[in-house]
Amino acid sequence: MKALILIVVSGALINNVVLNQFLGICSFLGVSKQMKASASLGFAVIFVITIASAVASLLYDFVLKPFGIEFMKTIVFILVIAALVQIVEMFLKKKSPAIYKSLGIFLPLITTNCAVLGVALTNVQNGYNFTECVLSGFGTAVGFTIAIVLLASVRVRIREEDLPAPLRGAPIVLISAALMSIAFMGFGGLSF
Amino acid sequence: MNKYVERLYNGLIKENPTLVLMLGMCPTLAVSTRALNGIGMGLSTTAVLILSNLVISLLRKAIPDEIRLPSYIVIVASLVTVTELLIEAYLPSVYEALGIYIPLIVVNCIILGRAEAYANKNTPLLSVMDGIGMGLGFTVALTLAGLVREVLGNGTAFGLQVLPKSIEPMGIFVQPPGAFLVIALFIIIMNAIGIKTRQKKLVEGCDGCCANCAASGCPKSEEVTK
Repeated sequence: MKALILIVVSGALINNVVLNQFLGICSFLGVSKQMKASASLGFAVIFVITIASAVASLLYDFVLKPFGIEFMKTIVFILVIAALVQIVEMFLKKKSPAIYKSLGIFLPLITTNCAVLGVALTNVQNGYNFTECVLSGFGTAVGFTIAIVLLASVRVRIREEDLPAPLRGAPIVLISAALMSIAFMGFGGLSF
Repeated sequence: MNKYVERLYNGLIKENPTLVLMLGMCPTLAVSTRALNGIGMGLSTTAVLILSNLVISLLRKAIPDEIRLPSYIVIVASLVTVTELLIEAYLPSVYEALGIYIPLIVVNCIILGRAEAYANKNTPLLSVMDGIGMGLGFTVALTLAGLVREVLGNGTAFGLQVLPKSIEPMGIFVQPPGAFLVIALFIIIMNAIGIKTRQKKLVEGCDGCCANCAASGCPKSEEVTK
């Protein structure tokens, strides 16, 4: 039990996927302009990464391993993720238009979010079992959501400030991210 | 200028994928802790990029338009797997240092971006030159970032001591925050001397993220921020 909690906490805070491992930087910088949009993206990411890690784990254990074709994992995972996002999108559109409306436009973005593939591959590399894969995916995605919502709330305030010209735009966002990253390094001291 | 040479110039300087187009930020931030890592990552990506541009350009008339993105992904993923296995076999130290970021070349925006923006419209030879130019541009930017971080954070360059031992290196630069700081510094310098980057788009929506996400029906930035 303790190990499972550790997987979630380490995914969310200690090894934060964006600030520590630099996965999903594109959407982290691209969609963090407003709180609401970034929160919606965050929830869409939690949804997709959790399902994707579960499916990837099952596929790896029951298809790739028995046939001895583990080296195909990159190709298989990326296709599965792309297909999965499509299916999730169609399913939500039909079954739950409300969720679709709030997540819908972010779902296609997630296919190319390297965090999804990154988590699936890391899980396999660490030799996690099914439960551990799901939890690690969930923890990582929560970490992504925390980071992007925090960055968005910083950026909402920066927008009103009078910055030196060369710092406007991407540089100040990257500097904010660097400061957040320093803060998140503090979680490395967490012990269980 | 010869149009083949022009491709090289375009990739290295005019449309440098990292510094000007701001594509492929994840590997840039992640593996630039050492200059040598930058070279390793850059050259691996270059190899994949040249081959994928070649294959996609050769197949550009055979691949139906509707399923071109899935086809590109399969082609790129296969090439990445081959590259990964080769690196694991012949360059174990590089494999060790780059780890998870080698398979993640698949989702590197530069590769699908060039496939979509260039290779599927141009002849194989031009596409290969484009791949070489873009790949080298990426390598140069990564190595530069790696060099700055290594010198400031570790006092070494390409593994050799350059700062006197009496100067304590600033460890933060080889830690994750240093990556953000150094890239921010590069863009600040470029802004200050007046080189236009495409960063506005990057910050405003998903446009800077990936050419393929735009092509796969990614909403315009206004919709995202609404």
